[in-house]
Amino acid sequence: MITLYDYELSGNCYKLRLLMSMLGIEYKTVPIDFYPGREHKSDWFLKLNPLGQLPVIEDDGLVLRDAQAILVYIASKYDPSGTWYPRSDPALLGEISQWLAFADGITGTASAARLHDGLFYELDVEAARAGAHRLFRILDEHLWFGEQEGRDWICSAPHATVADIACFPYIMLSEEGGIPRQDYPAIRRWCDRLKRIKGFTVMSGIFPAGPARAA
Amino acid sequence: MSPTKCQDQVVLDLWHPLAALEEVPARTVQDTVLLEERISYVSDGEGKAAVWRSRPDLPAGSPVDIDTLGGCLPIKLAYGYIWTSLGTPPAELFPIPEYAEADRRKLNAATVGVNVSAPRAIENFLDMGHFPYVHTDILGAEPHTEVKEYDVELSVERDEIVATRCRFFQPMASTASTGGADVEYIYRVPHPYCSVLYKSSPVDESRLDVIAVFLQPVDQEHVRAHMMLCVLDEENEDKVIKRFQQTIFGQDKPILENQFPKRLPLDPRAETPIRADKSAIAYRRWLSQKGVTYGVIPAAT
Ligand SMILES: N[C@@H](CCC(=O)N[C@@H](CS)C(=O)NCC(=O)O)C(=O)O
Ligand SMILES: [Fe+2]
Repeated sequence: MITLYDYELSGNCYKLRLLMSMLGIEYKTVPIDFYPGREHKSDWFLKLNPLGQLPVIEDDGLVLRDAQAILVYIASKYDPSGTWYPRSDPALLGEISQWLAFADGITGTASAARLHDGLFYELDVEAARAGAHRLFRILDEHLWFGEQEGRDWICSAPHATVADIACFPYIMLSEEGGIPRQDYPAIRRWCDRLKRIKGFTVMSGIFPAGPARAA
Repeated sequence: MSPTKCQDQVVLDLWHPLAALEEVPARTVQDTVLLEERISYVSDGEGKAAVWRSRPDLPAGSPVDIDTLGGCLPIKLAYGYIWTSLGTPPAELFPIPEYAEADRRKLNAATVGVNVSAPRAIENFLDMGHFPYVHTDILGAEPHTEVKEYDVELSVERDEIVATRCRFFQPMASTASTGGADVEYIYRVPHPYCSVLYKSSPVDESRLDVIAVFLQPVDQEHVRAHMMLCVLDEENEDKVIKRFQQTIFGQDKPILENQFPKRLPLDPRAETPIRADKSAIAYRRWLSQKGVTYGVIPAAT
């Protein structure tokens, strides 16, 4: 069984909880005291991941770090439908990789701003916010053009892929870093579609789709 | 001394929390912001600490010896936190007698920055109505959405708001829970920016867990929320107990940050009575009576 080294408020850990929930796979979690304990920088954790970052998984003796890498692994191994990471379609795989890298850029900007505002990380928050807006603008246009062509998801497939999962959390949490999303209507519609995928689950700060969300 | 940015003498004279003592690196200057003023503090790691208005010769990160410091602000170490004041604080901070009970777990669940006024955050803390919708399957669940009748009073001798006989069905009231239960709550607001709640302990029905939120007003629309836990739980590691509370607070955060206006309106006609329920009405009235103006929109006079 997969063991996830996990922190509840981490959007990167949530990427994996989300995919595993959508795939309906069971897993174990080892809670890490990311804040305030900085357990991800402790000696024992650095042996698991010398980068001192969450998430990490262990599965059948394999230790893997990096949310995007783990999404690829889990989808390749545990998705019988083969849609989340379609291994036989080179063009689509290229697209997915492109947007997985983009997702890491969202972590470097939108998530950084959130850590600054919420957990007092010292960094240039204005630069982080500006960087996030630049990425959101690019994604919003991409999604808007996709909608014109009848494409609902980030990549050229009739279904969501791991790229959608990877981009989703820190976009949804962006307001906690002072990054409003009202100028990105196509992103908002895409988030709503993602929330309606079977098996969708929430994390703290992200609410389910629909009328439950108070104005 | 330069004039303070906050002009509210009531608030200036309060004790305000700055940081969890245990988390402060020893003998190194730390910086924070209180009421729009830059404040520095240090702990010697052995139970002594000092607080002062930040000054250029002692930048954050520099080593410092507490005993040689002059010109410090008032300081109190209480409930695991460093407290200070920019005015003339009372001799004592409000009491939490349970904190002295030896068998309790005492933790700072986290200190979190929130883009909200302190009074809005207190009001959310008092409101049970949001449990099923915001803390779904933890502190509430449909169809158990009704906030049953409860009592609120202003305790004159203690100068605090007390809400009693609050009851709510909770699927997972704490880390020590084994299933859903009708949970009894008592809420106290003994300080304009601090609230203490008591809830039935799943491990000992004769006792109550204590959870407090101590808000450090950074400015009128930003706080550092310090979450203190003082609970009965012999099973779970610290980090599991903290995780539970952080999960809950993480759910509240977007709700708090989307409040509009960010400052709490004290005019009784300002917001509908549904949002401002009984304890909220008492809290707003109490702030008005005290003459608090910082973090609120005072009622027109
Ligand atoms: N929401 C609070 C603090 C977070 C918090 O701890 N809130 C309440 C729920 S709103 C809580 O955790 N109660 C704990 C419980 O009922 O177990 C705030 O605004 O500062
Ligand atoms: Fe709440």
